[in-house]
Amino acid sequence: MTPLLRATALRKHFPIRKGLLLRETGRVRAVDGVSLEVRQGETLGLVGESGCGKSTLGRTLVRLYEPTDGSLEYKGEDLLAMRGERLRSMRRHIQMIFQDPFASLDPRMTVGQILAEPFKVHGACPPGERQDRARMLLDKVGLKSSYLNRYPHEFSGGQRQRISIARAMALNPELVVADEPVSALDVSIQAQILNLLKDLQQEFRLTYVFISHDLSVVDHFCDRVAVMYLGRVIETAPKDELFASPKHPYTQALIDAIPRVGAGKRKMKAALSGEVPSPIAPPAGCHFHPRCPRRHDGCERDFPRLVDVGGGHRVACNLYEESAAVAQPRSQPIPGLGART
Amino acid sequence: MSEVVVSVRNLQTTFHTRVGPVRAVDGISYDIGKGRTLGIVGESGCGKSVASYSLMRLIEPPGEITGGEVLLHGEDVLGLPDAQMESYRGSRMAMIFQEPMTALNPVLTIGYQMDEQIMRHTGLARKASRERAVEMLEMVGIPSPRERYESYPHQLSGGMRQRAMIAMALSCEPEFLIADEPTTALDVTIQGQILELIQGLQERLHMSVQFITHDLGVISEISDDVLVMYAGTACERAPTQALIDGPRHPYTVALLESIPRLGQRASRLPAIGGMVPSLYELPAGCPFQNRCPRVTDECRAARPSMRALAPGHEVACFNPVTA
Ligand SMILES: Nc1ncnc2c1ncn2[C@@H]1O[C@H](COP(=O)(O)OP(=O)(O)OP(=O)(O)O)[C@@H](O)[C@H]1O
Ligand SMILES: Nc1ncnc2c1ncn2[C@@H]1O[C@H](COP(=O)(O)OP(=O)(O)OP(=O)(O)O)[C@@H](O)[C@H]1O
Ligand code: SF4
Ligand SMILES: [Mg+2]
Ligand SMILES: [Mg+2]
Repeated sequence: MTPLLRATALRKHFPIRKGLLLRETGRVRAVDGVSLEVRQGETLGLVGESGCGKSTLGRTLVRLYEPTDGSLEYKGEDLLAMRGERLRSMRRHIQMIFQDPFASLDPRMTVGQILAEPFKVHGACPPGERQDRARMLLDKVGLKSSYLNRYPHEFSGGQRQRISIARAMALNPELVVADEPVSALDVSIQAQILNLLKDLQQEFRLTYVFISHDLSVVDHFCDRVAVMYLGRVIETAPKDELFASPKHPYTQALIDAIPRVGAGKRKMKAALSGEVPSPIAPPAGCHFHPRCPRRHDGCERDFPRLVDVGGGHRVACNLYEESAAVAQPRSQPIPGLGART
Repeated sequence: MSEVVVSVRNLQTTFHTRVGPVRAVDGISYDIGKGRTLGIVGESGCGKSVASYSLMRLIEPPGEITGGEVLLHGEDVLGLPDAQMESYRGSRMAMIFQEPMTALNPVLTIGYQMDEQIMRHTGLARKASRERAVEMLEMVGIPSPRERYESYPHQLSGGMRQRAMIAMALSCEPEFLIADEPTTALDVTIQGQILELIQGLQERLHMSVQFITHDLGVISEISDDVLVMYAGTACERAPTQALIDGPRHPYTVALLESIPRLGQRASRLPAIGGMVPSLYELPAGCPFQNRCPRVTDECRAARPSMRALAPGHEVACFNPVTA
């Protein structure tokens, strides 16, 4: 079956310019060769360290950024080639919830105007009904409809985040890239919003790309997970599989570092040692090698490909390069690694 | 208890909106000792940020601090002349803002903004302050700090912006730090690094910290005491472990139950039923009454005030859950 969205070798680089002539002195390789598929009706989690390129990838997927390189297909159609009216109607089906609600809500518009805007732009709903729809949307995200006449700065951080969720949902989109949609919310409202997103998904067969750094939320909410490191996807697997037996040493460290309630006041352990590398000058070979506890001879030189280790679990690490040749049955542990407890 | 550095007494902050006054913070009180950390938790919109802005005296019209005191070493900062407050802000008291873009100027580079702050409060010259800024960016785990010093805010990722702001707040080594959701945009590994940095500074400078977060995992790692807020009021305050092991306020109990846990397989997360009442239409009596499983007539008639149930453990509830 054709996936809803397919990215192939997608790159997005930002030039670094210096001096009066703004000469390009380097590049931030924010997204550097990502291939992935998003299937209709699923929720794909996108996780990874701050600065690894999640938001940039998200924005590129919804065509807010022109990719530097690579291709993008929506239902088998070349998304990058779409222009004019076709692109405009596409935009209605693909929405993004932005990471920074403060910056993404127009401060001069009331919440009512912000929520009616998508209807206006796409002529989606008769003008007389727009305020009612806006009121309904607010209600869905747990905000009083009496808030309609207030401006964004009159809300708390979490309230603003919910306004931007309501806005993205206004036009019943098919695909929503949600960039940290619940990070500013306390647990109870987080639960309320996640439940709402699930309900909408069931009702409308919505598809989500769900960007989050909170692994317990990802564990709860996603069907599959893609882990990014320095502009690349280094592991993808069905959610249960990923949390039960993460293969990449980076993913293992990430899962290890989750703080737990009731652990008591103590020094947090630094889960990963070594300097965080920069996408301006990524290390050669496996990008993760300078910090990797399982680094071995070839890692500084050999660039690991994303290989299938069975059961839809793909990993880009030199530890698994050979094992991929002989397709491993899913239950059999990878030599030298075994199942983690 | 150690020497009290910050003492908030009956703080009240009101927004005079078009539809009438709104008490976003309605009479909260707490102390923070030298070198201690108070965690503040509570539902979205309950007044955590407004309380913090009030302490820093950053409330702008139509908002106004309508009552109470904020004592820093016994001195009421709410009564200070503006110029003196200006010099306290950043050097003696600093704040990490929940949304970095509220605090960062989009048209100036990160480095320029850090330099301004450092030079103003430490008297360092530009060159030295630049070194200090780069060093701070490195300490918060921003790769290629020299290049990033030249970046504009929009060129950084969400988490990097948040860290740049943390670097800015910490660069002047304040004695009192307010951190408003400082790690929301950060993944666990970097979050750990930031918490360690704050704790390290705290040990070295005996800094007092007010730490707002909705992440109860973080609260239990970093804070000595916890204050739980609900609809502008304080509903429970206790030493961290006591609160997690034996919450007494029905809201706190519900809050702790709604945490998603790794490996939890329920298809729906337990949310607290009902909605937070709008601050415009707060009921008489206990603000939690419409969602509370233990509500009685008394709760609808009068507002419960904070009272101690155990040493250091205070609850504002007529029918507290038994320990
Ligand atoms: N300028 C303003 N005018 C009117 N009301 C305001 C204003 N600023 C904040 N409020 C209201 O005050 C209340 C408290 O807001 P505050 O930002 O302190 O919440 P919070 O506890 O920090 O929430 P969050 O966890 O979502 O950040 C909210 O209900 C908000 O709508
Ligand atoms: N407009 C831009 N100009 C230049 N560099 C940029 C721009 N946007 C992002 N970058 C850089 O690209 C890299 C990836 O940023 P991105 O925002 O995608 O990270 P992220 O994974 O979303 O991180 P976070 O979890 O902190 O939000 C970072 O190094 C960032 O500085
Ligand atoms: S005072 Fe009454 S309504 Fe309020 S929390 Fe306690 S039992 Fe519930
Ligand atoms: Mg991001
Ligand atoms: Mg807030």
